[in-house]
Amino acid sequence: MLTIIKQGWSTFKSIFTGMGVTIRHFFGPSVTLQYPDERYELPENSRAKLYVNIDDCIGCNLCARACPVNCIDIETVPATADVDLGKTSTGNPKRFWLTRFDIDMAKCMYCDLCVHPCPTDCIYMVPEYEYSEFDRTNLIYHFSNLEPEKIAEVKEKAEIEAAEKKKKREEMQKAKAEAARKKKEMEAKKEENEKSGDDDNAPSKPESDGGE
Amino acid sequence: MIELISDTGERREMTINMGPQHPSTHGVLRLELVLDGEIIKKVKPHIGYLHRCFEKYAEEMDDYAKVIPYTDRMDYVSAMNQEHGYVVAVERMLELEVPERVEHIRVIVAEMQRIASHLLGIGAFGLDLGAFTPFLYLFTEREKILDIFEKVSGARLLYNYMAVGGLMRDVHPEFKEDVADFVKTFRPKIKELDNLLSYNKIFINRTANIGVLPVEVALNYAASGPVLRGSGLKWDLRKDDPYSIYDRFEFDIPVGSGEVGTLGDCWDRYIVRVREMEQSLRIIEQALESMPDEGDVMEAIPKRIRMKEGEIYVRTESPRGELGYFIAGDNSASPFRVKARAPSFVHLSMLPAISRGSLIADMVAIIGSIDIVLGEVDR
Amino acid sequence: MNSLFLTNILNLPLLVHLALPLTIILVYALVAIWGERKVAGFIQDRLGPMRVGGWHGWAQSIADLLKLIQKEDIVPTNASRFLFKFAPFMMFAASYAAFAVIPFSSGYIGSNINIGVFYLLAVTSVLTLSIIMAAWASNNKWSLLGGMRSAAQMVSYEVPTIATVLTVIVVAGSLNLMTVTEMQSGNDILGFLPNWFIFQNPFLIVAFVIFFISILAESHRVPFDLPESESELVAGYQTEYSGMRWAMFMLAEYADMLLLSLLGAVLFFGGWNSPFGDFMGGPVWGFFWFMLKGLLLVFVMMWIRWTLPRYRVDQLMHICWSVLIPLSFINLVLVALWELIF
Repeated sequence: MLTIIKQGWSTFKSIFTGMGVTIRHFFGPSVTLQYPDERYELPENSRAKLYVNIDDCIGCNLCARACPVNCIDIETVPATADVDLGKTSTGNPKRFWLTRFDIDMAKCMYCDLCVHPCPTDCIYMVPEYEYSEFDRTNLIYHFSNLEPEKIAEVKEKAEIEAAEKKKKREEMQKAKAEAARKKKEMEAKKEENEKSGDDDNAPSKPESDGGE
Repeated sequence: MIELISDTGERREMTINMGPQHPSTHGVLRLELVLDGEIIKKVKPHIGYLHRCFEKYAEEMDDYAKVIPYTDRMDYVSAMNQEHGYVVAVERMLELEVPERVEHIRVIVAEMQRIASHLLGIGAFGLDLGAFTPFLYLFTEREKILDIFEKVSGARLLYNYMAVGGLMRDVHPEFKEDVADFVKTFRPKIKELDNLLSYNKIFINRTANIGVLPVEVALNYAASGPVLRGSGLKWDLRKDDPYSIYDRFEFDIPVGSGEVGTLGDCWDRYIVRVREMEQSLRIIEQALESMPDEGDVMEAIPKRIRMKEGEIYVRTESPRGELGYFIAGDNSASPFRVKARAPSFVHLSMLPAISRGSLIADMVAIIGSIDIVLGEVDR
Repeated sequence: MNSLFLTNILNLPLLVHLALPLTIILVYALVAIWGERKVAGFIQDRLGPMRVGGWHGWAQSIADLLKLIQKEDIVPTNASRFLFKFAPFMMFAASYAAFAVIPFSSGYIGSNINIGVFYLLAVTSVLTLSIIMAAWASNNKWSLLGGMRSAAQMVSYEVPTIATVLTVIVVAGSLNLMTVTEMQSGNDILGFLPNWFIFQNPFLIVAFVIFFISILAESHRVPFDLPESESELVAGYQTEYSGMRWAMFMLAEYADMLLLSLLGAVLFFGGWNSPFGDFMGGPVWGFFWFMLKGLLLVFVMMWIRWTLPRYRVDQLMHICWSVLIPLSFINLVLVALWELIF
């Protein structure tokens, strides 16, 4: 009986201590924010949303390569010789048309790894957190500021230029190959002159993956 | 209809699924319970509901740094400690010297994270036992830590703050004052917690002598961290196998003593966590004092990691126990293999051993007291 | 004059007698659910509902009620359909019926019968039945566990409740709650204290403590909220209920809380008697004082709920059978001796 009373007393005591703590909080101030009316100010460097300053982007693709979840999708077209895309604010020359710079914020895991490699500091996180959408595709942000017609034009031009370059290169290669062949022929003739016998041109090895 | 008694009148056992959707399984853990009335005859944990292929991902990444955000997501309530373990492992493998300032900031944020994690752990433990209010009081404190972390790293939960050889960015200028302020305001809160929960008679009734884990059993199951210390063994990797600069700080290792019940019961595991928060405060204070004010935190970060061939196992003390990273490198920029030894997974495995014969309500207390995080169990 | 007023009001049409307590319960339940959330909020350093209706979200429970009415009425496939649908109404009916003998003020009592206390205790036992009914009919293992717990708990805790009520009856000498209240009029103790039973006899303080613990258990409040302990049994017997049927359970639970608190106010705190003698007396003020005392007890119940963890099922039984019941019977004897001597 005595132990029961003792235990009961200590139980009551601990309960009243606890109730004392809670009643003090009851009259204390609230620590919460009434969200849509009041908003929490995020620190300047907080990572809530990716932003790209497209004017500074040189299309180097380093951010896309750094991304662990591949949420950055960049497509570039080399600028043709007749246009000068200018320079970024950091002084790097721009050499590419950015026909596509998409960031899928639904995939992004806010790791900040894409920010550090950027040579012109044009991709960074901004403290903005209210951008939910009903449709997932709306979370893919298109940062490229080129019109579709412009993109088509640029692509066409680039293609033409690329084709020209390719032609040139091919011609050059042909010329080179021609020269090489001639040289070889000369050498072969020389060799033939030196010793008789058949010289094999060493074609590609016979394919051997037929067997098991 | 449920049949508890068969036609012949003999006792029948009832199989019941606790989880994966259950308020107190701390995530998506599923327990298959065989009950006789409310007494548990058998318990079988089923895991894997949160499996995200961490280890496979790590192999697929083409850079050691890209694995760090994934380590955050293993134990999402103590992300800093997970990162710390990983970067320490990679640095040791590279034999990289880390600047003093970086080491100090790392220790401070890791200890703050330990406090935050314990706050959530013991808060949720109280919640499991029906005490809702302490949970929210502790959450208020945790918010303060997260606010500091947000200023430091930019994120509130998954920081990706530590980098191999340094930190992703320097701390904000008022970092020292912020942390010192927190330490000062947090001490009285532990006292309040003692009044409200730790020494509450009902709480003691619910946790003392429940889920007793004798130290031999704990060792056999390879328990570590607060669970092992709750059983009375002084084992803390910060002291016994020091990493980073922990060997320079003075702090005690709180162990369970069976103060209100048997040694190694739920209450002991709980109180070890509470006392550990106090010790973490001590470490933070010392680290704040000796932290150099100047220094570039990014100077030692290698531009490109080229790992030589070899393997390493580094264990660190996460809030939940021994967190080990096994890393095997081949001569490339991406890890050949990363294996994480997660303490939660190990602790979950001993659940059947310590909960047999207890009631459902005790089961809830035991799960709460071993403080598992399912993100780490399943990885 | 008073009794004349009483007989007049007793001849009111049946409909008024039906409607009055129902209105009180409904209004109270809406206020109490909002109040509980506010109390919880303030205790936890929050503000609770703030949005609906303007000032401190006063219309939150009305909005909740409207939402619950619109919800689909889900009956699990293998449930016992009739019992499943019937149980919530039976539970509410039981707590509603018990309000018939509560003297709300000197001017109004639903039924002025001379076995009021007995009737009240008998009717509230039906609550247990409806909970078991709901639990078994749901065909859910968690519900069943909750139902079993609740049956054991309510049956056990009825014993100390009745024993402490008996203690008061020994002092009062009447089972009619109106008579019991009238006996506590006046301010004679030590010259200024009201003649409430709790001040009349030191052992009745012990009786009140036991009574309060027992009504906590009977109305499933923390630390004895085992039947619906959300962290163990998901939601206990309410697990499978949704929409309006679930709202009926909530309503019945809050009504039960008020009923037992009001009973406590009648038995120990002088019912509708003003604490200042004739000052602020009369039927209307009487209703005010009565509800104030009842709501104060309800507030204490909420305060306890948001402070303490809950007991385990075997500890609950231990407290009842090996502490409260012997203590309440010893106390009964002591109170009776005190009454004999003084």
